[in-house]
Amino acid sequence: METIVEFDRERRDLLKAALGAAALAAAGFMRPGAAVAQGAWNKNAFASKTLDEVVKAYGGARAEPTSEISWGSTPEIAENGAVVPVSVTSRIANTESIAILIEKNPNALAARFQFPEGTDPTVSTRVKIGQSSNVHALIKTKDGKFYVATREVKVTLGGCGG
Amino acid sequence: MADPMRIRASMQGDKVLVRVLMSHEMETGQRKDESGSVVPAHFIQSVSAVHNGKTVLSAEWGPAVSKNPFLQFQFAGGKLGDKIQIIWTDNKGDTRTDEATVS
Repeated sequence: METIVEFDRERRDLLKAALGAAALAAAGFMRPGAAVAQGAWNKNAFASKTLDEVVKAYGGARAEPTSEISWGSTPEIAENGAVVPVSVTSRIANTESIAILIEKNPNALAARFQFPEGTDPTVSTRVKIGQSSNVHALIKTKDGKFYVATREVKVTLGGCGG
Repeated sequence: MADPMRIRASMQGDKVLVRVLMSHEMETGQRKDESGSVVPAHFIQSVSAVHNGKTVLSAEWGPAVSKNPFLQFQFAGGKLGDKIQIIWTDNKGDTRTDEATVS
């Protein structure tokens, strides 16, 4: 269903914030460190080439390796690199966000998910993996610490199209 | 405007499990068309899920999310009959909101 007949104030404000932030980001006006509106897009993070650069883009220094992650149905070998299912569940207490990075992609960061109180720190999506690569799950906890779990995904048919 | 999202929200124990299939090219900006010109990047940058006026998930995406994006997550505090909205905005400023009922 596309149209919502009755907008309540909060939904309208949320939409305005999302549209405003997107327009600002597209025009290059988002200042790094500016108050992060819902859905504000971290340009530096998405231009980063490595895990370390992504961590810095989100205000951290380094990510501590962890095995407190479940990878769910994430495959070890993907037939089609254009559509690789990745599921990540964090068992680390007070997980605030999970980011998925593909080490060998042109830019490492694929997606980042933030979990408000009451939402489980678990997410499934599908990503493009250009060539067999390490996939990192980067966790940020509420106290600002970063953790990373890594898993190799081999692809038999690379995922950047063309 | 893109095709509607397909949203399924169901109770799994005391959690609401939400599965979304969006319709979007998620063009990386790295691909060339038949004439050799680069196809410009066109991808969803931000996603929000809202339940009872509260954001239950927010996400930043890059073009490495697959075409026709899939998303699954779960949260506590919902019940049968509640409405969930999913909102996305892309790098061109286009946006789409769709709604589903927890069933």
